[in-house]
Amino acid sequence: MRSDVFFLVCLGIGGAVFAAAVAFGNDYLFFAGYVVAQYVVLATAWNILGGYCGYVNFGSAAFFALGAYTTVAFYSFYPSLPVPALIVVGGLVSGVVGLGMGYLTLRLRGAFFAIATLALAVVLQTLVVNWDYVGGSRGAYIMRPETVAPLGNYVRYLFLAMLLLAVVAITAARLIERSRLGYGFATIRDDELAAEASGVPTLRLKLVATAISGALMGMAGAPFPYYIGYLQPSSTFGLDYAVNAIAMPLIGGTTTWIGPLVGAVLLGSLQQIATVTISSAVNLLIVGFLLVGFVIVAPNGIVGLFRQHVRHEPAGIVGRRRLGADAAGSAP
Amino acid sequence: MSELLAIDNLGKRFGGFIALDGISLAVGTGERVGLIGPNGSGKSTLVNCICGTVRHEAGAVYFDGHPLGSAAAHVRTRLGLARTFQLPRPFVSLTLLDNLRIPLLYTVAARGQGYAASEIEARCLALLREVGLEAKARHRPRDLTQVEMRKLELARAMAAEPKLLIADESMAGLTHSEVEDILMLLRHLNAEGIAIILIEHIMRAVMSFSQRLVVLVSGRKIADGAPEEVMRDPEVEKAYLGQ
Repeated sequence: MRSDVFFLVCLGIGGAVFAAAVAFGNDYLFFAGYVVAQYVVLATAWNILGGYCGYVNFGSAAFFALGAYTTVAFYSFYPSLPVPALIVVGGLVSGVVGLGMGYLTLRLRGAFFAIATLALAVVLQTLVVNWDYVGGSRGAYIMRPETVAPLGNYVRYLFLAMLLLAVVAITAARLIERSRLGYGFATIRDDELAAEASGVPTLRLKLVATAISGALMGMAGAPFPYYIGYLQPSSTFGLDYAVNAIAMPLIGGTTTWIGPLVGAVLLGSLQQIATVTISSAVNLLIVGFLLVGFVIVAPNGIVGLFRQHVRHEPAGIVGRRRLGADAAGSAP
Repeated sequence: MSELLAIDNLGKRFGGFIALDGISLAVGTGERVGLIGPNGSGKSTLVNCICGTVRHEAGAVYFDGHPLGSAAAHVRTRLGLARTFQLPRPFVSLTLLDNLRIPLLYTVAARGQGYAASEIEARCLALLREVGLEAKARHRPRDLTQVEMRKLELARAMAAEPKLLIADESMAGLTHSEVEDILMLLRHLNAEGIAIILIEHIMRAVMSFSQRLVVLVSGRKIADGAPEEVMRDPEVEKAYLGQ
């Protein structure tokens, strides 16, 4: 299917989901749906660097928070800037930071790269906590409008914006996967030394991946202050985002665009159900149990299971770099 | 024969260990050079320095008139320098067809001689046919035997349309007939004008293939000349082949 047709199909599905939520008539669906769509974007963004290139990023929360705090920073002097514009600005800021992070850290591999991304999150959180302009450690309030024409409740508008963003992210991921860039990413994941020997400019491609991945994460975070109303560093840089952004693609499957989508919808929905039936405190527990289960039973995720049992492809872990692999660089 | 690769006084250390000690070497266009030496003599380090995988500390490497300096490995590949690895390193998540697609997309296209999208698959299939792997074009490398894996490595190097191919122990672990298969492929490539440096422990193969033989021992070049002459060199006999 051509990418423009795929985009229109996704847009149609997104529209149907929104229409179904409106028809159901319960505003909680919009709150829950926003979170699930947000995780679709986050998981897809993580997968571009982590799944396609094999570089595990533990700093997803930092990029997400960067998008959110860009909104807070703009809100202070330009409160009427619309959410779509904030999404673009948040994406740009996070993309540039992603590029910078990539430049500083992409010579590291395996576990060392993962630790460096975690360090980035800590550094950014420390900066935000000490930056009074965006609320510092006490947090920041964002007054969102009650309603927006013609949708009514503002959360409906936010849900629609996040759905559109999810459609854009999924289409972009699929486009990358099937392009020259996607082939280049796959060679980086499989074997960087062999990739270079085949003429692939690995460092440049990894920088592209960190920039795209960071930008999409920032875009996911940009509307968040309007959704939550009160933004504080400890929750915005929270473990939930970092863990979910990794767990969702791993559970869905990391080598294709559909894996993060499946993982995010499954895990995000489960967490929302658990939040209203048990407690939001069990959300990370659910992720932990599922992750352990999938690592043992289906290391290639749900997509891998499907390929193995429905399409009868051979088993075996495909396209996942071991955390310690290549840690010391190339041996002489 | 014009000079394609020139190595001038190359030096490389790993901590206190001298891996390469003032190596000078030249390879001409279309030449077949055998590079031998005992384990740890510096053969693979030399290859890695030539290909840009490892940075040398002294000396210089020139390829096709270009000083390679600190050029990245992919830049050297695009200049026409291809290699195979001692242990095959296929792209495991890609099919054989896509394994060959990579050099076409990234190396040949970067030279401005790229194939149209519709021609790429045909070119990959032609290369796979050449090495006898066409039937497995849509398989993944995990389905290949040892010799097929070696052939895939060679085919991927060929896809980059190189001027010089460095075959690093491409025959290790193969049977007599499989060695002959690989030798035939290498001769075929050479007949197309590609210079080849063959690094190998199988002396029968090296002797039958090489026009010139270079011997490394403990990071130093101790002999360079016609294979028969080199094998009669007392220093080579003593250091490499035994008394």
